[in-house]
Amino acid sequence: MSGTVKDPTAADLGDERLVQQKGFADAIRASWRRIRGGDLGSVPVVVGLVVISVVFYAMEPIFLSSRNLVSITQFAAPVGVIALGVVLVLLLGEIDLSIGSVSGVGAAVMAVLVVHQSQSMVLGLIAGIACGVAIGLLYAFLFVRLGVPSFVFTLAGLMGFEGVLYLVLGKDGTINLPDGNVFVRYMRYEYLPEPIAYLLVVLISAGYVTSRLLASRKRIAAGLSGVWVPGLLIKGGLLLLGLLFATYYLYIDRGWGYLWAFFVLLVMVMNFALVRTAWGRHVFAVGGNEEAARRAGIKVTRIYVSVFVLCSTLAAIGGLLAAAQITSVSQSSGTDDTNLTAIAAAVIGGTSLFGGRGSAWSALLGILVLKSIQSGLNIVGVDSSSVRLIVTGGVLLLAVSVDSVARRARASSGRG
Amino acid sequence: MLSLTGVTKRFGAVQALSDVALDVRAGEVVALVGDNGAGKSTLVKIISGVYQPDGGTLVFDGAEIHPDGPADAKRVGIATVFQDLSLCDNLDVVANLFLGQERRGAGVLDEVGMEKEAWRLLRSLSAKIPSVRIPIAALSGGQRQTVAIARSLVGQPKIVILDEPTAALGVAQTAEVLNLIERLRAQGLGVILVSHNMADVQAVADRIVVMRLGRNAAEFRVEEATTEELVAAITGASDNVVASRTARRDQSRTEGPR
Repeated sequence: MSGTVKDPTAADLGDERLVQQKGFADAIRASWRRIRGGDLGSVPVVVGLVVISVVFYAMEPIFLSSRNLVSITQFAAPVGVIALGVVLVLLLGEIDLSIGSVSGVGAAVMAVLVVHQSQSMVLGLIAGIACGVAIGLLYAFLFVRLGVPSFVFTLAGLMGFEGVLYLVLGKDGTINLPDGNVFVRYMRYEYLPEPIAYLLVVLISAGYVTSRLLASRKRIAAGLSGVWVPGLLIKGGLLLLGLLFATYYLYIDRGWGYLWAFFVLLVMVMNFALVRTAWGRHVFAVGGNEEAARRAGIKVTRIYVSVFVLCSTLAAIGGLLAAAQITSVSQSSGTDDTNLTAIAAAVIGGTSLFGGRGSAWSALLGILVLKSIQSGLNIVGVDSSSVRLIVTGGVLLLAVSVDSVARRARASSGRG
Repeated sequence: MLSLTGVTKRFGAVQALSDVALDVRAGEVVALVGDNGAGKSTLVKIISGVYQPDGGTLVFDGAEIHPDGPADAKRVGIATVFQDLSLCDNLDVVANLFLGQERRGAGVLDEVGMEKEAWRLLRSLSAKIPSVRIPIAALSGGQRQTVAIARSLVGQPKIVILDEPTAALGVAQTAEVLNLIERLRAQGLGVILVSHNMADVQAVADRIVVMRLGRNAAEFRVEEATTEELVAAITGASDNVVASRTARRDQSRTEGPR
């Protein structure tokens, strides 16, 4: 019945100025206040997804078909992995404009090793990822040692590494990956077996509820307030139902691809690292107030190095996944709209451009929005890249505007 | 507990500190006052390890120390609350309190343990923070200063240095911070208070050390110092702008209005 565990001695609810939450209506009211105060979280992007679905469904019902939704998830994953890296640099208030080119270079190195030099796929993948690590280290050196702004050296990287891509590919310009390749097969053609998909969905929901309950019990043991159990169970139930329905619907067609599952796993790992570890805490601190972080004894340079390396590495991994998906690497790999799409996805998903605010999940939500728009435009017959670019640009502008307005609302309502 | 003798520091051609001495005992509030450029900040930065002295010794708890950075000084037991830029607006109170010294269990953050300790710390300061899970941006200036001071206590230091803790605060918030300083003293900590505000200094300090042009200019016990004496010591001689203004004012008072 009560909003929080009825425990007058709970150490964190003692202050009379604190607005107490009791029951369902208060929980909704609190969320509304949070949104009004500019703490938007993932609300705009979820609203966006609903609007996109309704509009395209009205124009062409096939948009919401199982087949099309599976395609959207599969095509979203590679760029989503790249966007995950972008989220990290944005959290520091920096930018990486060269992710597309870096993804191309990683893929090209892999393709040349595997196809032209007949090396094993494993070696090719390691080499591709190593390219990302090396580029990240170079960026970190430029930023930390020489103090070059990230905008400048990644702009240089955008052009420079596109040149490297041409150089690595050589005169052919296009390298086709063998279709029977294990990596290509799993990333392009294979989907999770249906029973395993259901099992995973149940495990994820149960894991969410259990971990929250355990944390709550620990808090109560420590004399702090616990969670409102019915509310948690409702949330967990909705999560389970939603995931079960999504799984059922997608398995009418092919289901969850290994590629998509790998992307979701990466997002979950990154979210854990950002929220639950000291490293993640320090990333947010440096993004929020670098000088304060330094004075608190945080090794700020290490945070910058780790983030630049992770971003470039994720870009390279995204490039490898994209190569497997289209079974080839060409001069256009990662060059046309990968940069814009990945950065836009991170921002649209709710990661602030101003640093210190965002979440790993924004990469997933943002890329779903952009790929849905792209797919929808294709389906309704606007197949030209001109319209797609205009729409993507417009959505990015909208997201940044929402971010800026929300930032001012936060400033005036005291939500940082 | 902390004793500085003969501390000197040069920046190029400028002798910022020459032969400065300072003593802080447990359970004592020592105010460090002086005009701009008197060397207060330099001295504080030497104690907190931001600068290394060119000469002189720092003796803490009977042993000579050479802190090389605020984190190192804090390990020894000297915590510094800097004037500004020391909190992350986007993080909540708990995250800020334990920033850089997070508690961990099995690799992940021990949020429950940190929150519990946060409440204990804030209670010990009788601090009025409504919730420790709200971002710093939602707090008033006085509450922020409270969090900054509470943070300095996380590693259980013996000396706390407060650099201009009331500089940007209103009347009520200043009083809140002064209360905090008295509570630190009651807990047996040595406090070094750097301030421009004579009223604050006279309200909480036990001793007042005046610096002028990088030297010890004077030292007062608070009960025997008048504001005039302090101002005279801060500005140097009686032959200066401030003293002549005071003299002129006194003169015009005795003559009375026409």
